[in-house]
Amino acid sequence: MGRMTQTIVGIGTRKGLWLARSEDRRRWELDGPHFLMSEVLSLLFDTRRETPRMVVGFRSSHWGPSLQHSDDLGTTWVEHPEGSIRFPEDTDTALKATWQLVADPHDPQVVWAGTEPHGLWRSEDGGETFELNRGLWDHPHRTQWGEGAGGGAIHTVLPSPTDADSMLVAMSAGGVYNTRDGGQSWTPGNTGIHAYFMPHDPWPEFGQCVHKVARDSAVPTRLYAQNHRGVYRSDDDGVTWTSIEAGLPTNFGMTAVANPAQGDSVWLVPIASDGERIPPGAVLQVQRTDDAGATWRTQDAGLPHPSYTNVLRDAAGTDQHDEPGLYFGTRNGEVYASTDGGDSFSRIAEQLPDVLCVRAVTLQ
Amino acid sequence: MTARVVLPGLLRDLAEGAAELPVELDQPATLAEVLDAAFGPWPILASRVRDERGEIRRHVNVFVDGEDAKRAEGVHTAVGPQATVHVINAVSGG
Repeated sequence: MGRMTQTIVGIGTRKGLWLARSEDRRRWELDGPHFLMSEVLSLLFDTRRETPRMVVGFRSSHWGPSLQHSDDLGTTWVEHPEGSIRFPEDTDTALKATWQLVADPHDPQVVWAGTEPHGLWRSEDGGETFELNRGLWDHPHRTQWGEGAGGGAIHTVLPSPTDADSMLVAMSAGGVYNTRDGGQSWTPGNTGIHAYFMPHDPWPEFGQCVHKVARDSAVPTRLYAQNHRGVYRSDDDGVTWTSIEAGLPTNFGMTAVANPAQGDSVWLVPIASDGERIPPGAVLQVQRTDDAGATWRTQDAGLPHPSYTNVLRDAAGTDQHDEPGLYFGTRNGEVYASTDGGDSFSRIAEQLPDVLCVRAVTLQ
Repeated sequence: MTARVVLPGLLRDLAEGAAELPVELDQPATLAEVLDAAFGPWPILASRVRDERGEIRRHVNVFVDGEDAKRAEGVHTAVGPQATVHVINAVSGG
């Protein structure tokens, strides 16, 4: 009783960052835009520090990519004068964008970044400067990794919460790769994932177009992958996968979010198909499982029908309340929130540019 | 003699409000050398105009005495000791 909590939802859009703040998760105040006219692709609320830090990755079509952090929740922003992420000279490569920012579960100073082109980066100063992971960059498969519709990037970075040497990364189009030796070597982990778009070899070692991977909150070696046509589960930490798409209205979508308060519980946002990028039946909806993908149920209360928008790979996230809030943003600039596990949604922002990333934090 | 690097309004805050930056030149230099000298105290400004390989960003144009450097020799374009270098955000976007 009596402790004031604040929830902040960071909404990265095609034209800047907005912050929605609430003390009760019912009334929201919108602050923004920050970084007007920049695509905000990645956002981290880092609560491991004494003072919570926001780290934001964005790019301007004119002025290129940038990474900035704020230690006062968005009032002031700091950019490292030499640039936080710079490809080393010997790579003859220029950064295009930072697609993912993730806090390391073992070391409170370490932040991981996934970039376009396909780079994994490690920061030991809370996201101010980063070093390229050479094990993945030098991987012999790298030159064969393709580009998805949005570009070729490491879009998912999932460090193991139990093994500091173990991590999964995912990319479009290259698939899942795992390390078990702290990033020195990487092995593709795509066994069982179908690649219909490679008719000569639809079960390749790598090259799959994975859109997002989420880690189960109770069993760290259990993972869920939303692929370009296909939804899968792995029970061996991302090595082999089995389809869990039976019962879903469609096997296409971009995002996957694990329920932080309940194992075996995951949300997806289905899209009709790769050729029809609208909600199934024009009903904007979330699909939830509570049994690791054996069954699914539709959650659409409070969501608009008909709807012809969709939700991108990083445009959904959860806060850290005991009953976690689920938030997602649409390509037509609306953000929806649920505080009852997806059973009902309310709109907390509208009339924004298309939403690229959504992250939420609960602050005491 | 002094060459001038003229900044677009959107970038001037990164050079403490300066509209143009002077570069002392005794003889012709490359555009890369002139930009390095002009942006030396302002590394964030430098990163807005060129990437970490030193290339001019795709949607930034740099004109040397009215000539588009990208249609000339890029960052190797010669800049005279009294040249005017304009940095312009290209017409693009939506």
